[in-house]
Amino acid sequence: MTPLLSVQGVTKRYGAQIGCADVSFDLYPGEVMGIVGESGSGKSTLLNCMAGHLAPDAGQVVFDTRADGPKDTVTMSEPERRMLGRTDWAFVHQHARDGLRMGVSAGGNVGERLMAVGARHYGDIRGKATDWLERVEIDAARVDDRPTTFSGGMQQRLQIARNLVTGPRRVFMDEPTGGLDVSVQARLLDLLRGLVRDMGLSAIIVTHDLAVVRLLADRLMVMKSGHVVEAGLTDQVLDDPQHAYSQLLVSSVLQV
Amino acid sequence: MIELKDVSKTFTLHNQGSAVIDVVSGVSFHVAAGECVALTGASGAGKSTLMRMIYGNYLTQAGAICIGDVDIVQAEPREVIALRRAVLGYVSQFLRVVPRVATLDVVADPLRALGVPAEVAAAKAQDLLARLNIPQRLWPLSPTTFSGGEQQRVNIARGFAHAYPALLLDEPTASLDATNREVVLSLIEEAKTRGAAIIGIFHDDAARARVCDREIDVSVFAPGPSINGEAVGHQRGTAA
Repeated sequence: MTPLLSVQGVTKRYGAQIGCADVSFDLYPGEVMGIVGESGSGKSTLLNCMAGHLAPDAGQVVFDTRADGPKDTVTMSEPERRMLGRTDWAFVHQHARDGLRMGVSAGGNVGERLMAVGARHYGDIRGKATDWLERVEIDAARVDDRPTTFSGGMQQRLQIARNLVTGPRRVFMDEPTGGLDVSVQARLLDLLRGLVRDMGLSAIIVTHDLAVVRLLADRLMVMKSGHVVEAGLTDQVLDDPQHAYSQLLVSSVLQV
Repeated sequence: MIELKDVSKTFTLHNQGSAVIDVVSGVSFHVAAGECVALTGASGAGKSTLMRMIYGNYLTQAGAICIGDVDIVQAEPREVIALRRAVLGYVSQFLRVVPRVATLDVVADPLRALGVPAEVAAAKAQDLLARLNIPQRLWPLSPTTFSGGEQQRVNIARGFAHAYPALLLDEPTASLDATNREVVLSLIEEAKTRGAAIIGIFHDDAARARVCDREIDVSVFAPGPSINGEAVGHQRGTAA
């Protein structure tokens, strides 16, 4: 099987500061990988390098494109990368406001991505947008309301709908449940888990919540100071961490 | 079906003075299809550790653990995930679920993950929940608020939803009343009849005697404990 995403030696420096250093892994179709680590460990830098938001100083990010097979997305042309960004890729930001157009209706937010891939029939776009609002448990009657009138949890779900409407194969999520209260978090986790399974998505979830990765991720990568210090099956890394930092991380979790 | 070859396990606690704890070493045994083997030994002898090594959530330092033709010690994460989905089941002592998910879906989930149609999976889940005497009015509710015994039964129903060829059971009859204990034992017997290889930990002697064909005393695999490589006086886990 060809990996959907193959990351080799990705390195990003901010001057003398290391963002992330020599990160390599393969992500296969249908796999969900978590990346954990303290603030400043390079999680978001790595995610942004892989998503094409940041140019890495070294390394390859090879994505298995539908049209041409595996291609390095770092060196591909900007239009090609943008096309992937609109179709096969999705990026769920920690703050829903970064991933939504706040001045456009909820339906418009979902429909925009459809229009970017060529949908033009208003009725179809509206129908699909409404359908997706319901899938993420937003009342269809809110389709014409702006996200500014939504709660934080609803905005986050709207962002997910907007991202998944084009049926992407690769989803990156940066702290998708951060900043939400726990009951909303549980609802979002349940929703994400269902979507990942039903759509066969490959996903990378950056978080510092170990409970979130245990429930969502098959695999886990632990980062510290820009380096990957441990990687493996999620329950193996959480139940039997090998590296000193992972042991510290796991033993620091408060029991409820 | 399940074969362990010269397996050893040590824990290194980096943040506690780099203490090295040898748990088991030189473990070798084989469990055939249709056979149920009990792991025995005093508390702390390494029964659960060994079981987790077989499931792959504890890392094995040396040796090979083969389930069918996959060596879990060497396998890639995705191979282990595929193995757990189709071949290797595990009933732990604690139920761990996504909050808000209905009991029926929790039990049907392993079948859904294998691509079984929703109605078929739900029917199987209903059947198991009814057998394990979980009242029907609780099925649409999340098991997070259930009593300990109810959660344990939901966990067992989930573990038996798919006919795994290899099954690990960590105290499946603990905290169950006589009726439900009987149901669980018959589920284990049925699994044996269909040819599952089972490894179990049972503190309930009568249950163990009834379903298990053999016992393996884990304390014989216990090395002398050591801290930073130096042996410490006493031998642990010698009480069988």
